[in-house]
Amino acid sequence: MSIINGNLIDGLISPQWRGTYTLFKKELFRFWRVAFQTVASPVLTSLLYLLIFSHVLENHVQVYKGVPYKAFLIPGLVMMSLLQNAFANSSSSLVQSKIMGSIVFVLLTPISYAQFFIAFLAAAIIRGFLVGFSIYFVAIWFVDLSIVHPLWIFVFALLGSALLGTFGIIAGIWSDKFDQMAAFQNFVIMPLTFLSGVFYSIHSLPPFWQAVSKFNPFFYMIDGFRYGFFGQSDISPWLSFVVVLSFLLGLAWLALKMLKSGYKLRA
Amino acid sequence: MDKKLTPAVKIEKIHKSFGQLHALNGIDLTIEQGEFFGLLGPNGAGKSTLINILAGLLKPTQGKVAIMGHDVVDSYQAARMSLGVVPQELVFDPFFNVREMLRFQAGYFGRGRENDAWVDEVIENLGLTDKAHTNMRKLSGGMKRRALIAQALVHKPPVIVLDEPTAGVDVELRQMLWAFIKKLNNDGHTIILTTHYLEEAETLCERVAMMKQGEIVALDTTANLLSKLPGKNLRLTLGQANLPSTLLPMLKNGENGIFTLALTELNQIEYALSELRKANVNVQDMQLIEADLEDVFMSLVGEQAPQQNQQAGAL
Repeated sequence: MSIINGNLIDGLISPQWRGTYTLFKKELFRFWRVAFQTVASPVLTSLLYLLIFSHVLENHVQVYKGVPYKAFLIPGLVMMSLLQNAFANSSSSLVQSKIMGSIVFVLLTPISYAQFFIAFLAAAIIRGFLVGFSIYFVAIWFVDLSIVHPLWIFVFALLGSALLGTFGIIAGIWSDKFDQMAAFQNFVIMPLTFLSGVFYSIHSLPPFWQAVSKFNPFFYMIDGFRYGFFGQSDISPWLSFVVVLSFLLGLAWLALKMLKSGYKLRA
Repeated sequence: MDKKLTPAVKIEKIHKSFGQLHALNGIDLTIEQGEFFGLLGPNGAGKSTLINILAGLLKPTQGKVAIMGHDVVDSYQAARMSLGVVPQELVFDPFFNVREMLRFQAGYFGRGRENDAWVDEVIENLGLTDKAHTNMRKLSGGMKRRALIAQALVHKPPVIVLDEPTAGVDVELRQMLWAFIKKLNNDGHTIILTTHYLEEAETLCERVAMMKQGEIVALDTTANLLSKLPGKNLRLTLGQANLPSTLLPMLKNGENGIFTLALTELNQIEYALSELRKANVNVQDMQLIEADLEDVFMSLVGEQAPQQNQQAGAL
């Protein structure tokens, strides 16, 4: 945070983009100020999942040939936490500032709707990466985990956190109270992540549920991300890339349209 | 004042509807650069709606608004650079201290570290120096109000809108605040004030607009508005005695033994005193008072003055 807080980056930003950069920086500080809740807590939760599931299932499940279940589980847990935290960052910040009224401080400024989107999205991506890769770096102390295609890992982490960060912006703008926000988290994000192949391969499911899983965008994010580690996946990483990118572009269009129209922000 | 300057605020035929409710009905108003302007009116008059349109927080149903020549819709970035708004509600971001919050706010307007000296000046002038490193959550209501005012000023806007800035604040802050705002006005900043304290508007504002039900019912210099009411008030302190019934038609208000009579002519004083003598009422004190903005307000708006009727709309 000291680099961000200091003069080094501030001096490099042109005045036209200083507003966007400031909003991005403010969003980073916001979650960093409560890092136990926003970073440490999800890391601990994921490591508990790893401990329990791997202990119970290690000798019973082998998803990919030559890949222990513990190793199979790690990319799924990393991606699940990365996605959930990218969503939580933009959505909770927006809904909180709307309810407390402090959103007015940003709405009164010359920051454009596109710059607003970029700042919130970038902060969501950073938090997603921070949580996701913290889990990875802790987990590899306990599990031998290879990386076959690092670029795919980065691409799916980036697209996934951007997709969920964008979805968080939409949910944050739409929600008028914390209860509505919690409904998004508990009835949309949580089921979609748990049913996306974090803990299993969809090939272990009956044909009907395999088909259903293919309508779940989280499945493509996690499967593509996992391909980067093992060079094996349920479907082609290129297909996953196209699906995830399409969802991202669709949601980004919707979020920008909402921001441009001032939906629930400027009457 | 140089009339050739671009107006600080130009409002042309602004209408705003919320469903069936017409909050603003064709407001036309020009505020020149350097003015100290008052916007007065009872609850629901449309003051906050108008300010929210200036600030870009509401979109007008019809009409145009320009800040320093920049349309608030088409050239919103330039318009917002020229405007600082102090919201009426005590809103704050609970994650940051006062100085951090002010630096962030300046940054939103493209200001970097070169602006820090001005941020420090604002902090000092608003008496926030001791609280600069205190989290916003831990500030008292008065201190939060100071911080809100500071936030509106961090980018040195030429036009400053203060929406009820002294609501619920103590005398010390009120005096400190007005001294600072008057200094800003003397430095050339245009000030637009909405307040429930009509004495403040009377003392500070060169020109005043009075609003009622989404329309401007009076727009003139404060001096001209006051001169439109030629009458004066006679304030009598009578102690325990009652006002003679013959004087009741002149009674404007009376409580705790102090009665204010509305006079249309000065020779009514003699009449009032003779009626009091006839009723054997002893006058403990007597004052002749000029009509104030509250009288003008009541005669034009026809309602109770706003300080008796708080809870205006929020920004």
